[in-house]
Amino acid sequence: MKYDSAIAANRFGLGAKPGELKKIDSNPRAWLLDQLQGPSRLPGELSDLPGTAEVLVDIQDLRREQREMRAAATDQPAPDIVQKYGQKVRGHYLEQTNARYQYAVATDFPFHERLVHFWSNHFAVSADKQPMPAVAGLYENEAVRPNVTGNFADLLIACEQHPAMITYLDNQRSIGPESMLGRRANRVQRERNIGLNENLAREILELHTLGVDGGYSQQDVTTFAKVITGWSIGGASDTGRFAEGTPGEFEYRDMIHEPGDHTVLGTRYSQRGVAQGEAVLRDLALHPSTARFLASKLATHFVADEPPADLVDELAATYLEGGAELAPVYEALIAADTAWTEPHSKYKSPHDFVVSTLRAFDHVPNNTRFIVGALDLMGQAPFRPGSPAGWPDSAEHWGGADALYKRIEWSNTVSRLVGTRIKPVELGDDVLGATFSTESRKAVSRAETNVQGMTLLLASPDFQRR
Amino acid sequence: MISRRDILRFAGVAAMAGGIPGLTFARTESDARFVLVILRGAADGLAIAAPYGDGNYRKIRGELALPVPGESGGLKKLDGLFGLHPSLSNVYEQYREDQALIVHAVASPYRERSHFDGQDVLENGAAQVGSLRDGWLNRAIEPLGGALGDELAIAMAQNTPLVLRGDNSVTSWAPSQLPDAEESTLRRLQDLYASDEFFATRLTQALDAQAIADGEAGMAQMRSRGNDAEQLRTMMQAAARFLTAEDGPRIAVVEASGWDTHANQGTTTGSLANRLESLDNGLLTLQSGLGNAWSKTIVAVVTEFGRTVAVNGTRGTDHGTASAAMLLGGAVAGGRVVTDWPGLRSADLYQGRDLKPTTDIRSVFKAVLAEHLGLPETHLDNVVFPDSKSAEPLRDIVRS
Repeated sequence: MKYDSAIAANRFGLGAKPGELKKIDSNPRAWLLDQLQGPSRLPGELSDLPGTAEVLVDIQDLRREQREMRAAATDQPAPDIVQKYGQKVRGHYLEQTNARYQYAVATDFPFHERLVHFWSNHFAVSADKQPMPAVAGLYENEAVRPNVTGNFADLLIACEQHPAMITYLDNQRSIGPESMLGRRANRVQRERNIGLNENLAREILELHTLGVDGGYSQQDVTTFAKVITGWSIGGASDTGRFAEGTPGEFEYRDMIHEPGDHTVLGTRYSQRGVAQGEAVLRDLALHPSTARFLASKLATHFVADEPPADLVDELAATYLEGGAELAPVYEALIAADTAWTEPHSKYKSPHDFVVSTLRAFDHVPNNTRFIVGALDLMGQAPFRPGSPAGWPDSAEHWGGADALYKRIEWSNTVSRLVGTRIKPVELGDDVLGATFSTESRKAVSRAETNVQGMTLLLASPDFQRR
Repeated sequence: MISRRDILRFAGVAAMAGGIPGLTFARTESDARFVLVILRGAADGLAIAAPYGDGNYRKIRGELALPVPGESGGLKKLDGLFGLHPSLSNVYEQYREDQALIVHAVASPYRERSHFDGQDVLENGAAQVGSLRDGWLNRAIEPLGGALGDELAIAMAQNTPLVLRGDNSVTSWAPSQLPDAEESTLRRLQDLYASDEFFATRLTQALDAQAIADGEAGMAQMRSRGNDAEQLRTMMQAAARFLTAEDGPRIAVVEASGWDTHANQGTTTGSLANRLESLDNGLLTLQSGLGNAWSKTIVAVVTEFGRTVAVNGTRGTDHGTASAAMLLGGAVAGGRVVTDWPGLRSADLYQGRDLKPTTDIRSVFKAVLAEHLGLPETHLDNVVFPDSKSAEPLRDIVRS
């Protein structure tokens, strides 16, 4: 089997399933290109999930109950309500996480799915802030998944206007000081500082588009925050003006939008309403700094922690020439020789390691906590990077001593579950193909038991890298 | 006592670390312990230690101003200018026993407002963004014998934060609920990893940490379950075990996230108060776990930058510049707030919005490294914190 097949399946894909290398061996690059459209239909586990609005309404009732009880009893809400809320949120989280990993293990479009995971991490909403655990998986499916092979501007707008992002970065109640509501409130109660929250605006510039060195100032952050005032969600409060709109859906609120023209990065925007922010986002998508930043992140993810500079240049140029179309960038990446020369240049993240292991076994244990537990233990709890920057993408970060030990322990644990059903050497040949080194193969074949052989295979440098 | 670590080390890649276990003179020459606690997300220094005595504080902090000392739920009086957040009751007790010190209006050399660049500069010890790939605490331990064998420093996490990454061998540890792999499997892995330095060093480091944890009662039962507060407590408990283990590390790094309070940060109660309470409990756990070693310990609690002085539109605060740092432990000459207070008039603020930095955080770190860990100042000025001669170590903050 060709070297290229192993690289296509393990670096670009999510790790080979048994038989996958053989199947794609005639033309691994064509196999990748064919995936760019994604599957025509999503499987039940993903398409049957509820929508974000439905979930937000579902948990909002319990939140309201908590508040009402607190108000009525002038003390803490009954523990069972708090517990019920926690259980409900956790239930949604486990359901979505389970669906994500069931699908990642099963899919025949693993390159497309890797792109979904890549962009959902780029536009991270972290489940360590409420109510993100209940909606992070839905956000990935609703805002990210439909847009990963389209135009970056559409992906960007879909993410920034998704209720999960609006809530995560506190934009729903960011109020333009000169907006109708801002002026009134500041007149009535001077010291109560009604106004901007610049969180979303800053992270769009720093993390989603230009990058931290992309050439924006604090003034740009503040002005851009004004531009996107009014980007809110329906039912942002129980009563009053913020209650308006369809609960749990994007809602533009003109009464808190900072009126007038605004200048961001030297361009004057005279649009009104939500169109003004969308115009800024469309320009940001086409900015050379954005092209460089995205190109560098993609090259880092697919090629090496420190990717070749000419590859980054090439991807950035392709991106700009295509007017922020993403498919040509992926095509350029697949066509780049540097992506195929060094077989093991990336140390797998825990996510990659767990997914590729289960794909090799072609099996996900029927226990929703299994994957969440494993990833949590290895330091990468699903949808929980802990910050809007998402998970880092380098061996420096994932290479903690304890993290490796956890991978070994987990390899040993899952190998015991598999028992003698799978022969480790055969599996190594099957899923690592030409990248299964002589040393690793020898170590695996000399193991005392099947379980030990499987543990050595999974913990081997060949399997730990992609 | 021959530990599993020794067996594995000599059976497998004994020469890898190039050392003889036990030959760690740093540990015998000095019992000094150092714990670095990183608060990720930019903790609000004006809430940790509020300048209630500054005439502009109440006006500019508005609804987020904390009640003055003496009022119900009020600040805990540090001096005529500052009060400690009411959630920090253990820290306050240490302060009254002269074992806690606050450094205020402190910042790293970083002057922009990105968390991630800010944390990089806090941790790599550089004078500007993007210039160093390893961490200052890793470079610092070089003369202490980090290269002699066992790891002198440990990260209480699966992965090693930037501040500890680098050429000197360190390790990391987090609780596990998985069964151990068989010893023969580990040996075979050592053999398999022998030709791959990345894996070989990490496995050796991990086995060292495991060997210590195996020897400490109760550590195998530790779990990383529960909420952030419970997890922090577990990590502090574990840090204390490692730092007091006979052959254990003497430096630990603990991380706590969730300090980015853009909305509804609260005052005496609320989200920030809860975080501070869990930090306070964590520090108490560390202190009790260290027992007698507390007298030889310095804990530094730091964050990447502070938050805006004024409240934002959503009852929170946005990214700012200077914040407050805390030093605790028996080796701290505490009971004081150390600051060159810049004031809170709008003309006093950095770029009209942030607390102006008047103390360089490197001055705090240098004082601890020089006076507590006994590191030479030339090493600190040139290697640990390059281009930092102007940031002189703070004097008299370590008990002599």
